[in-house]
Amino acid sequence: MNNKPKIGVYVCHCGINIAKTVDVDAVSEFASRLPNVKVVRNYAYMCSDPGQLLIRDDIDKEGLNRVVVASCSPRMHENTFRKTLAAVGLNPYYLEMANIREQCSWVHEDRDEATAKAKKLIYAAVAKARLLEPLYEKEVDVEPASLIIGAGIAGIQAALDIANAGFKVYLVEKTPSVGGRMSQLDKTFPTLDCSACILTPKMVDVANHPKIELLAYSQVEEIAGYVGNFDVKVRKKARFVDVHKCTGCGICAQECRLTGRIPSEFDMGMGKRAAIYLPFPQAVPAKYTVDPERCLFLTRGKCGKSPKCADACSAGAINFEQQDEIVEFKVGTVIVATGFDPFDPARKPEYGYSDYANVITGLELERLVSASGPTGGAVLLGEGENAVVPKDIAFIKCVGSRDKSVGNEYCSRVCCMYTAKLAHLVQEKVPGANVRIYYMDVRAFGKGFEEFYDRVRREGIRYIRGNPSEIFKRGDKLVVKVEDTLNAAPLEDEVDMVVLAVGLEPRKDAREIIDILRLSQSTDRFYLEAHPKLAPVDTATDGVFLAGCAQGPKDIPDTVAQAKGAASSALVLLSSGKVKIQAQISFVNENTCRGCAYCVEICPYGAIELVAVSRMGNPVQVARVNEALCKGCGACAAACFSGSIQQKSFMDRQILPQIAALGVMR
Amino acid sequence: MSAQFEPNIVAFLCNWCSYAGADLAGTSRTHYPPNLNVIRVMCSGRVNPLFVVNALQQGADGVLVSGCHPGDCHYMEGNFHARRRFTLLRELIEYVGVEPGRFNMSWVSASEGAKWKDVVGEVVVKAKEAGPFKQFRRDKINW
Repeated sequence: MNNKPKIGVYVCHCGINIAKTVDVDAVSEFASRLPNVKVVRNYAYMCSDPGQLLIRDDIDKEGLNRVVVASCSPRMHENTFRKTLAAVGLNPYYLEMANIREQCSWVHEDRDEATAKAKKLIYAAVAKARLLEPLYEKEVDVEPASLIIGAGIAGIQAALDIANAGFKVYLVEKTPSVGGRMSQLDKTFPTLDCSACILTPKMVDVANHPKIELLAYSQVEEIAGYVGNFDVKVRKKARFVDVHKCTGCGICAQECRLTGRIPSEFDMGMGKRAAIYLPFPQAVPAKYTVDPERCLFLTRGKCGKSPKCADACSAGAINFEQQDEIVEFKVGTVIVATGFDPFDPARKPEYGYSDYANVITGLELERLVSASGPTGGAVLLGEGENAVVPKDIAFIKCVGSRDKSVGNEYCSRVCCMYTAKLAHLVQEKVPGANVRIYYMDVRAFGKGFEEFYDRVRREGIRYIRGNPSEIFKRGDKLVVKVEDTLNAAPLEDEVDMVVLAVGLEPRKDAREIIDILRLSQSTDRFYLEAHPKLAPVDTATDGVFLAGCAQGPKDIPDTVAQAKGAASSALVLLSSGKVKIQAQISFVNENTCRGCAYCVEICPYGAIELVAVSRMGNPVQVARVNEALCKGCGACAAACFSGSIQQKSFMDRQILPQIAALGVMR
Repeated sequence: MSAQFEPNIVAFLCNWCSYAGADLAGTSRTHYPPNLNVIRVMCSGRVNPLFVVNALQQGADGVLVSGCHPGDCHYMEGNFHARRRFTLLRELIEYVGVEPGRFNMSWVSASEGAKWKDVVGEVVVKAKEAGPFKQFRRDKINW
């Protein structure tokens, strides 16, 4: 029935979005004169129900077998119209779209020019539509399991949601414990909830959940495959502690010769730990880990007569023979929740972070005010008997955010509120403290944020608008040099301590995940979502989702919301159990293929191999495409000398008429 | 006459970066000249160099191939293949006497709507400078 093309062309007004700059009547009249075009209609909103009904009716009554929709970008509505075709039994790949909105009516002002261009684009679409061929999407089973990379609050929340829905979760965390950045916080804004109190129960839940396999102190090495069927390889790093024997009693750490001599990562280097350590008291799993870069026995092969930790461990859990272990498993979906790194203020040398001990970051102050922190919650500067309580404290906001000089144009979204929170906590802990905050703008946009900002100002914290230019030492005071821009007054403010409200940056090792999963980055270098508004948790790779600060700076409520979104997107695939795979893949004409294997070399997925066939009784080698592995990029088609390998829907004989249409019609 | 000359340019854009970037330019309502018409392919690696020659034969005055930034290809390495092919092609078409401004490559990501506008502007200016292209033009198209 499809021998002779009968094309229907549907021109959308998109309200006035298209009709304002493109003369849709003239375009329709032009389209009606094109070869093989049987029906032309224009309508206010082709994507609406009545619009789609027009197409369906014409397919039914006029016997159309190809459809051209001239409307918005195919990235927007190609799927919509494919379903329209399929609903009346026409193969959905008999559709071609002409993008006369994003790439025509919206970018051109002159009506004549825009109309002429729309005609051209439709001509090209019709030229291609005549030669379209039906394609059939294959369905594959979805492995009922999910991989979550990163066990901060985003990863934890997503893992719990998916596991509670009854699916297996592999939760991979790079550090020895789950909890992430949130576990380092003392209180959370604006409610002043104790961070540990609300996080710890969730951490325990992921460790105990029968459906969650927690792979802490592990790193994803490789992910192959495609949506529904990812093959994952994870390296479980050696802890040198048998986790089945370790009781978490901590005697090993007390006995370690390096106890109290190694800066603790969890305390941002302000507290000290041993070479065998638990990152923090509430760590999950509560198992000790030997730091292979610090441990005397592991670095020098010698630790006194014998390692004291091993001697002290009554459970016999310490095993210096332990090796890294490679774990392999299959999952249907992946959620990337790798979080952020705080901005390194050493990159703004004018603030003297590297030079003065009493210039600290917000996260460092967070550890200082925390009851589980290195000072037990006291705001103290210096060590031991020399420790002093700072009285005059200045906060500086937007350090490493909204700052083109360090390459971060974006707002980090949390600094305004965590500054207000820390200012409040400091004032509470240091009686008579004199706290001021230097700011550019205050962005208190979330639920309860403005109220909290109001509250801390009423508590006597001064907000001074100005971006400090320099911090230097005068006597034993620090001087903040700044212009109060509301009073146009230059100031030299003498303080005891400066807190830099550093912004959020992508993880320093963000590139690793990009290479493993082929994610994209947006201009701020965070991972790019598929659509900033309508697909904020999806990525360009099907079956891979984003959650938390890996996608961009956000606070805890937004992170949890996005994690739940990512979990539900993953669950859509997992619970339906089936997924359609790419239909626009490559195929080989084995009669003309000469077996040169250029396509085999060029294919990034190893989807093409040479096979031996018999051609008229002669044994020859020809290329063959593995349809499950082919992603449909078409690189092979461009490399083929004889045109024997082609990409469906993007065949040479479909593209060349498009070129001709665009060229000839001047 | 050259003052009124409006070049006809054919552009091959990859679906994931440059086409999305061009869509973003539209969504952001930037304005650029209408001389450039887009053919969407899944990857810049799909663009056969012969497509470019073919476009020049069929009546285009200029051609643009645009993909993801090197290293950011949705298909891992398609744009590397494109970059190699078109570096060679550019030398070839210069050698046969075609003005270099007629053939352009660019890397535009999905978030670079503003860059897309600049790329179009630049390509149109170059094609205008080069003038109407007749050398390769076939009188009759035969397939």
